[in-house]
Amino acid sequence: MKNTYLRNMDSVKIIEIKKSVFEDNDRAADQLRTELKRKGVYLLNLMSAPGSGKTTTLIQTINRLKDKIRIAVMEADIDSDVDAVKIKDATGVESIQLHTGGMCHLDAEMTQQGLNGLEDRFDLIILENVGNLVCPAEFDTGAVKNAMILSVPEGHDKPLKYPLMFTVCDTVVINKIDVMPYFDFDLEKCKEYIHMRNPEATVIPICAKTGEGVDAFAQWLFDEVRQWQNKSSIETNKS
Amino acid sequence: MHELGIVFYIIRDVKKAAEENGVKKVSTVVMNIGEVSTIIPDYLTDCWRWAADKEEMLRGCELKIEPIPAVTHCDGCGKDYPTVAHGKNCPHCGSEQTWLLRGNEVEIKEIIVPE
Repeated sequence: MKNTYLRNMDSVKIIEIKKSVFEDNDRAADQLRTELKRKGVYLLNLMSAPGSGKTTTLIQTINRLKDKIRIAVMEADIDSDVDAVKIKDATGVESIQLHTGGMCHLDAEMTQQGLNGLEDRFDLIILENVGNLVCPAEFDTGAVKNAMILSVPEGHDKPLKYPLMFTVCDTVVINKIDVMPYFDFDLEKCKEYIHMRNPEATVIPICAKTGEGVDAFAQWLFDEVRQWQNKSSIETNKS
Repeated sequence: MHELGIVFYIIRDVKKAAEENGVKKVSTVVMNIGEVSTIIPDYLTDCWRWAADKEEMLRGCELKIEPIPAVTHCDGCGKDYPTVAHGKNCPHCGSEQTWLLRGNEVEIKEIIVPE
């Protein structure tokens, strides 16, 4: 292994390693992204806390896009298949369930195994990560972009409390805006905090239940997929 | 739960390094853990004990943690300051144009093996 050398001491040997535990995963994630680009497939990593309305938001979004692009969903949970079944029943798109076996996040290797050829038949694959604002942010899944859903009852201060999550997300969807009058949720403050973590982040307020704002999110996603596929075909033509 | 996931990564990397160096038994793994890496050292060592003892090569192996203090640099005034005490805002000039210099590490520093 590179950077490894031996130091002899009295009765023990010290082997220097100096390696980040994220290094192998980051490399696997980059490989997966390169492969997806070659195939022109857009993988979105969608994260949030439990109960923020990820599945409902997905159903609304997929139903707006499924006639234009080929979509599949990968659900990652510690256990059960309720989400995968719900998505399939409500949208008709292919939906598979991954079990993380107790792990609190998905990594690039698990994502790659989960895809298992799925990427050959679709334009957009949405990975619904484990509900958790800490661990999924640390592990690059190999997705093209990261998005997260923050729901109004969770409070507008969450970007301050979970800095890494909001740093790695390209888009933040603020869900359940219909209940804003009942909570002390300050949308402008929330946007300010998000932009402290990531000045480039797109913020899209929605209500998945009534459908308000979902068009904007669907449009963002659609444009993302088309841009990625254009980049992909330009590079393919070059090579 | 988060720490257990990290432990599985450490075990994988340590086993790989040990095999590459022809090592059969590891007595200590030394980690550099940044102060703002979100790792709680006590949880990490507890998870380590549980998981490492299931591996022949790592049975009884100690996990030693060397903390790295977090330091933030301010682009506003060019000074550095301790991250945990002051967070995002520079205590010298009040600027928010600051970034983490170090303190985010989750790194395997070295492994110690019996001769």
